[in-house]
Amino acid sequence: MSAAQPCVGVLALQGDVREHVASLRAAGVRTMTVRRESELAAVDGLVIPGGESTTMSRLLDTFELLEPLRKRLASGMPAYGSCAGMILLANEVLDGREDQHQLGALDITVRRNAFGRQVDSFEEDLAFTGIDDGPVHAVFIRAPWVESARQDVEVLAAVPDTAVAGPAAGRIVAVRQGTVLATAFHPELTGDGRVHRLFADIVRAAVSEDAA
Amino acid sequence: MRKVLAVTAAQTQSETPTTTPEKGTARVKRGMAEMLKGGVIMDVVTPEQAKIAEDAGAVAVMALERVPADIRAQGGVARMSDPDLIDGIVNAVSIPVMAKARIGHFVEAQVLQALGVDYIDESEVLTPADYTNHIDKFAFTVPFVCGATNLGEALRRITEGAAMIRSKGEAGTGDVSNATTHMRQIRGEIRKLSSLPEDELYVAAKELQAPYPLVEEVARNGKLPVVLFTAGGIASPADAAMMMQLGAEGVFVGSGIFKSGNPQQRAEAIVKATTFHDDPDMIAKVSRGLGEAMVGINVEEVPEPHRLAERGW
Repeated sequence: MSAAQPCVGVLALQGDVREHVASLRAAGVRTMTVRRESELAAVDGLVIPGGESTTMSRLLDTFELLEPLRKRLASGMPAYGSCAGMILLANEVLDGREDQHQLGALDITVRRNAFGRQVDSFEEDLAFTGIDDGPVHAVFIRAPWVESARQDVEVLAAVPDTAVAGPAAGRIVAVRQGTVLATAFHPELTGDGRVHRLFADIVRAAVSEDAA
Repeated sequence: MRKVLAVTAAQTQSETPTTTPEKGTARVKRGMAEMLKGGVIMDVVTPEQAKIAEDAGAVAVMALERVPADIRAQGGVARMSDPDLIDGIVNAVSIPVMAKARIGHFVEAQVLQALGVDYIDESEVLTPADYTNHIDKFAFTVPFVCGATNLGEALRRITEGAAMIRSKGEAGTGDVSNATTHMRQIRGEIRKLSSLPEDELYVAAKELQAPYPLVEEVARNGKLPVVLFTAGGIASPADAAMMMQLGAEGVFVGSGIFKSGNPQQRAEAIVKATTFHDDPDMIAKVSRGLGEAMVGINVEEVPEPHRLAERGW
């Protein structure tokens, strides 16, 4: 690769920003935190971290980032959301707050806190389409799941359809639509860099396509 | 101590395949706190207050019967809240709900876990139930946050299974000075530890009264293995921002919001100041027109036996 590495921002209003920054660095891209419109304008792609989706939604509005972010996503900026980030990127959320803002970058309906409260949070290995070298160890924390996905959304991972999974069996927990990626779980917490490498590749491809 | 070693190893080494879902692991307990970083957790005593906190952008609420300022004013034994009150708050909001158990009161903790709270605060704000032992927090699926005034105390709580630490400050005073002292103390001791040669870490562990592997881990990483929040006396946006600049990863606000003139506005302002803690223009902007702050009391004027930070060891 001859060109300089693209710069991937991490939305830093609240949440596990540091872990995403570290994972992106390990994936070889430049990173910066994003809290202002000017910072958003400077990045080639954006990660929306884990955290509290209602808080981030409110702060996006307060700090006048909501419309600029929607515009950039509509014009094709690559984005990756984990957990709260998945909720924000979705078209529609169930069990959210009525005034919660959606970025509408993924044609999916997510159910917030779908697996239950914190005592139901869990970790488990999942097969992940497009990621080689074995399953991804997924950490779910008060996580959402994808209730339904429209046709052109690619399903990358689902909870294994086993008896122990109960109502979670077979639920979709990772998706991709074009240059937008989302997981209900937190690869940034495990030190497994493969999901972030996948996203870094998506950003690199988008940047070189723009340049071409 | 063996448990701490296991936790450390699990974080750094590759996993053995997990074919069934595992709940209550160190990673999901600590990870929950990671998601709260950069946020504000607010004390609330009614479902209405919980809604105000959620509307203002709180990342979680702490359900309790009396805020620390009232516990201090009214005296008496302070216990876990009534389950009806906790249920009311759990049902009122969609953000995580925390609740307090007395130090060492493992049955209050069992009850809180059964009620489905998302985090338990084993808190010096309540009257201790055991003056020797804290709760064995590994015995629970629900994660715990504990207070600390110094690094040794923080490491002992982590050894017992705490998945999050908050500096204690002096709750219910509106006086931020002890929060400052405790945060500087913890961060300062970590910096000192990181500067020690390896052969001096054994004695450091002895002096900290904490297990060596944990001490070694903190020295190597320059940080606690769990999230560090601040608490106790934060009453203004500038207080919150100062604690963040001193190295807190998030803020607990107790009496400071609902003992002030305009709780909704103050709550929002503290949330904004926490996010933009390094931007004085933003802190100035959000600090305008907030009305009366909590009146508060100076920690110096609180007789030592009534200081809550002394509880816990």
